[in-house]
Amino acid sequence: MRNPWLWALLVAGLTACNAEQSTLHVFGAEARAVRQMALVLTIGAVLIVAIMVALYVRAVRAPEGRLSHDGGMRMVLWLGAIGPTLILTALLIYALPAMRPRATAPGDLTIRVEGEQFWWRVAYDPASDLSPLSSANEVRIPVGRTVIFELTARDVIHSFWIPGLAGKMDMIPGRTNRLVVQAEKAGRYRGVCAEFCGLSHALMAFDVVAMDGADFDAWMARSRAASTGVTASRGARLFDAHGCGGCHAIRGTPHDADIGPDLSRFGERPTLGAGILPPTPANVAAFIRFPQDAKPGARMPAYPQISVADARAIADYLKGLK
Amino acid sequence: MTDRGKWHERLKVTLWTLIVPPAIWAGHFLMAYLWAAISCAKVGAFATFPTLFVVGTIIALTLIALSGWIAWKQTHRPGDSAPHQDSTDIDRLRFLAKSTLLLAGLSFVGVIFTALPVVFLRNCL
Repeated sequence: MRNPWLWALLVAGLTACNAEQSTLHVFGAEARAVRQMALVLTIGAVLIVAIMVALYVRAVRAPEGRLSHDGGMRMVLWLGAIGPTLILTALLIYALPAMRPRATAPGDLTIRVEGEQFWWRVAYDPASDLSPLSSANEVRIPVGRTVIFELTARDVIHSFWIPGLAGKMDMIPGRTNRLVVQAEKAGRYRGVCAEFCGLSHALMAFDVVAMDGADFDAWMARSRAASTGVTASRGARLFDAHGCGGCHAIRGTPHDADIGPDLSRFGERPTLGAGILPPTPANVAAFIRFPQDAKPGARMPAYPQISVADARAIADYLKGLK
Repeated sequence: MTDRGKWHERLKVTLWTLIVPPAIWAGHFLMAYLWAAISCAKVGAFATFPTLFVVGTIIALTLIALSGWIAWKQTHRPGDSAPHQDSTDIDRLRFLAKSTLLLAGLSFVGVIFTALPVVFLRNCL
């Protein structure tokens, strides 16, 4: 423990072990291309620095009279102007093709994601004739298929970023941006809002589940049906009585409001409050009573009048929805 | 041929000819935006091979290279040795010629950097 800075650096290096939300742990073709480019650029930059240091050392150590002024000026011209221009031109030509969006076909899956303070409204296949499938704070995508994200926002500018899948794309109110991606590896990942959007910007994340094609199709078919777990339990009655359905929808019940997040498959979600808390019944109950404690600036009002026991009953009901 | 007879030396660089390369760069920049906007509005996509744009780019590069070449020739007018920093006609000419040459180099690279994305990218979004 002689050098605390060295230890701090080593501990900081542990963040590289994170595989859920990292541009280095890629699971999509677009992110793979970006990582490849970053690698080439980093190696190139290190080489250039090494060459410059070597030249600098040579210039400093050269005996007086060995280096000519004309030679120095030629070096400035070639290494300072012409060389960098040629390198930058080559890099531009190398990098530009990666900016071409992936080609799409009419049958490709479209997922519409809208950013709101501070959560994500997700709709699968929004133009489909089948009943629309909506969700919140979780995006599921099939591996090996092209997926078109239609991105927009309802209040302020957000930015949709799944680091392991593709580059980020802004979500701008009144405008729809398209991000075309293809996942290569199944797994659970994480996306975040990459544009400061208010008090809880840093608490606005979402879960990403990349599934094999057949699993995804089965999930889609299952999810279009009514939620399982809709019961006449005490929690369900309290959900009705406290007017939760005024903002939240649950498929298979009369509640179809679209103000807050859709709760139809709440029990399937790996996190609570847009990627910030483990969805334990205790956390859910606390979130229902005091959402601002977990998420400052959230639009959902606090419900201190709901007793802890009642909030827990509602949480149990929600956890059963799949 | 005498010095007097060389057309590129008769065409003296001035403050006005100095701005020719950056003006061509600016014109090309405007053309790139107009071309993309019109293509997207009328066709819905960039043309598969943007002939008109490539021709415009080649013309712009040729004109910039020509003004650079004229400036290059004029920086090499025979005369007194360096440094050329006196308030004389020939030193003023050399200064303007050198500035024009550097601006031509910058504008040449600028035009290429503007043109490459147009040639490589195809979508209008």
